[in-house]
Amino acid sequence: MPDRLDATFAALADPTRRAILARLALGEISVMELAEPFAMSQPAISKHLKVLERAGLVSRGRDAQRRPVRVEAKPLEEANEWIERYRETLERNFQRLDALLVELQATEKKSAKKTPPKKSKGRQP
Amino acid sequence: MTSTKTALKVTTPSDREIEVTRQFNAPRRLVFDAHTKPELVRRWLLGPDGWTMPVCEIDLKIGGKFRYVWRNSEGFEMGMGGTFREITAPERIVHNEKFDEDWTNGETKVTTTFVEASGKTTMKLVIEYASAASRDGALKSNMTEGMSAGYDRLDTLLAP
Repeated sequence: MPDRLDATFAALADPTRRAILARLALGEISVMELAEPFAMSQPAISKHLKVLERAGLVSRGRDAQRRPVRVEAKPLEEANEWIERYRETLERNFQRLDALLVELQATEKKSAKKTPPKKSKGRQP
Repeated sequence: MTSTKTALKVTTPSDREIEVTRQFNAPRRLVFDAHTKPELVRRWLLGPDGWTMPVCEIDLKIGGKFRYVWRNSEGFEMGMGGTFREITAPERIVHNEKFDEDWTNGETKVTTTFVEASGKTTMKLVIEYASAASRDGALKSNMTEGMSAGYDRLDTLLAP
């Protein structure tokens, strides 16, 4: 699983490949149609598709001529799960910090109350 | 205290960075203290349940070092240290950091800013890894070690 996540994150670390996935989220299309909006040759797009395919993020249809490209949801879901777990860890830290800040503010208020309004003479020792 | 008000936001502004934003219901002077005074830091910077922070040393000055060690209930330890590069109390800290087990392949630069508005503080953390591969390395290790930074939902990554 970590290897697969590596491949997923590595495949996503490229703006063109993210744009390809964003386009595929709208529905499957052929490589030619996919290449159109990009200022890139079809072979260049195919290279990116291979990376995405190796990471399991896209698959190609069986239609021999068109071989439409479609997005595969599973690796993205796995990566998402991972992200959520670590978001939760981070959030747990911050919730502890919230509680600490409440405590610090309460302590400050208390010590402010204890301080007499004007400077009085110190108590006898 | 609604969750939307303080909601944790994690984004990836570039393939080398992770950006974390969170609001706290306290003046920034206190939020800054909670990030820089060892007796306060060790009470919250703990990661998953079951971890403690037996070592928390902070020499808060430019060029000063800090050192953190975490320990879980099975006695497994993890350490991290770094150097302060910029300090503008209570609004900004820039530091470098590196885990003892250097899974990120190089130092990470962290910029923390605190902005206060009507008694609340918005904290922003920008974590910049040495390279995109370093960030991925951190992600992979985090998965097994269970500590350190979070990451955004892929929706953000997929946004054109």
